[in-house]
Amino acid sequence: MTRTFTMPPEKFISIEGIAKRFPAPGGGMNVVFDDLWLSMRHGEFTCMIGHSGCGKTTVLNIVAGLDTPSAGAVIVDGQAIEGPSLDRAVIFQSHALLPWRTVLGNVAYAVASKWRKRRANEVRDHARRFIELVGLSGAEHKRPAELSGGMKQRVGIARALSIEPKIMLMDEPFSALDALTRGTLQDEVRRICLTTGQTVFMITHDVDEAIYLADRIVLMTNGPGAVLAEIVDNPLPKERARTEVHRHPLYYAVRNHIIDFLVSRSRSFAADHKGSAYDPRAVPLVRPGLPEPALAAAAPATAPRRAGFETAAS
Amino acid sequence: MVPSPTLRAAVLSAALFLAFVLLWQLGIQGGAPAQQMDPEYAKLMGVTATQGKSAMPGPLDVAAKLWEHLKNPFYDRGSNDKGLGIQLAYSIARVGIGYLLAVAVAIPIGFLIGMSPLINRALDPFIQVMKPISPLAWMPLALYTIKDSGLSAIFVIFICSLWPMLINTAFGVASVRREWLDVARTLEVGALRRAFTIILPAAAPTILTGMRISVGIAWLVIVAAEMLVGGTGIGYFVWNEWNNLSITNVITAILVIGLVGMVLDQMLARLTHLVTFPE
Repeated sequence: MTRTFTMPPEKFISIEGIAKRFPAPGGGMNVVFDDLWLSMRHGEFTCMIGHSGCGKTTVLNIVAGLDTPSAGAVIVDGQAIEGPSLDRAVIFQSHALLPWRTVLGNVAYAVASKWRKRRANEVRDHARRFIELVGLSGAEHKRPAELSGGMKQRVGIARALSIEPKIMLMDEPFSALDALTRGTLQDEVRRICLTTGQTVFMITHDVDEAIYLADRIVLMTNGPGAVLAEIVDNPLPKERARTEVHRHPLYYAVRNHIIDFLVSRSRSFAADHKGSAYDPRAVPLVRPGLPEPALAAAAPATAPRRAGFETAAS
Repeated sequence: MVPSPTLRAAVLSAALFLAFVLLWQLGIQGGAPAQQMDPEYAKLMGVTATQGKSAMPGPLDVAAKLWEHLKNPFYDRGSNDKGLGIQLAYSIARVGIGYLLAVAVAIPIGFLIGMSPLINRALDPFIQVMKPISPLAWMPLALYTIKDSGLSAIFVIFICSLWPMLINTAFGVASVRREWLDVARTLEVGALRRAFTIILPAAAPTILTGMRISVGIAWLVIVAAEMLVGGTGIGYFVWNEWNNLSITNVITAILVIGLVGMVLDQMLARLTHLVTFPE
């Protein structure tokens, strides 16, 4: 089969035909999603957006190695992943700090896990650098219970960054925070990721968050049997300010497109595309607000030689 | 100004104590002395019958006895007359040894049970059957096999301390939050380091709660066990003084047993507080 790629086939993260199925209570299978293909470039910030329960967290957990797919594989930096790795740091929705450790202790635990032979004071200095980076200097010796929700998530971010991972995986990291704190943390994450060139895969259900942070926004339909409906190419420039983004001429086109999707098309996608050729390996790339010719096939989800690649669930 | 709740509670406690002591004192005021008793018979009957005085000591008698014991707790005048301090030391030593042995066994096995559903299922029937057995029921078996009364008492303490710690450790380990284990997994933490840096601190409050229950049970059981094995210990002291018909000493010992039990419990409570983390 032949396909023309409009983007360089650089696939730093490549999700190749993953599926998640559970045996249904009454016999048969519950299919959360099936045959999902997606690739992300190095240094790219990708957001996946969809309704709760569509399986987006499962996708992230599979990329993290915390969950295993029923079929398919995830290739990171040319290697199929086998379980979790220090190369892929996870920022959990519930922050998942160890409550018996201080802020410094939590970050230092991650640092000492990555560099096992480092001396204790080197570990501490390294951890302090990242605590400073997220603006928590002075709170090093507090325990998580003494911190606000936003500060806890800052520690979670510092912990993830401190191990200098190849990829950051974020599972709705700001959803439990109030709007003001969320905004500040989004700014910081954007600043840090931009300066470090971090590759990020983030799950969210907040449209504005996705537009502000992401280079590309992946739209996932409702489960069961969720699919990736399309990939929205974010027209905003790399350099963007929270207070300015909504003035961008295409901002509302993108926003309305995504909201339209979440409100109606995420539900009706399967019915709309019955019979039509939906190719899970070529998720359409859309640029809302731009004239038709700008539409192009999505980033290569797979190289042809990998066609049909499938592994048994382990 | 209204006094603080602590002060008010203390005043109420003191009042209750005084009321109790007063009732006690009133309760032992005996009836009239017996009339016209044969002097020989009166000698045999003792003061209870001749003067109407109760054999039950009053609070002042007990206080005097307690003071006497406190002044000289460690005297040793033969096998049936040792100071209260020596008897307590024997009991505490037995409880300490049996309890620490139980800790050494229960916590590792509890870890295994908590971490492996297979081992949990395999050991569950044994634990369910062994747990409700009164520790004293083991005594004849222990005496026969160990052939040493002191060691048998230690074994009984061991077996009764085991179950609460085992069950609490297994429960605490099994219910460590999934997200903390996920953190360890994403950081590629090895099994041993995970056990010590994630599972142990996370389960520590539950484990310590089990240890606190166990030390309470061990202190309950040692008194009964020493009544059976005899020789030394606070339980033996109580039984020996009953045979001496020294109710004053019995009450004094009861008081001391309660105080030591409280101290043991408070020690474990402190430890529990140290490892408890706020969330």
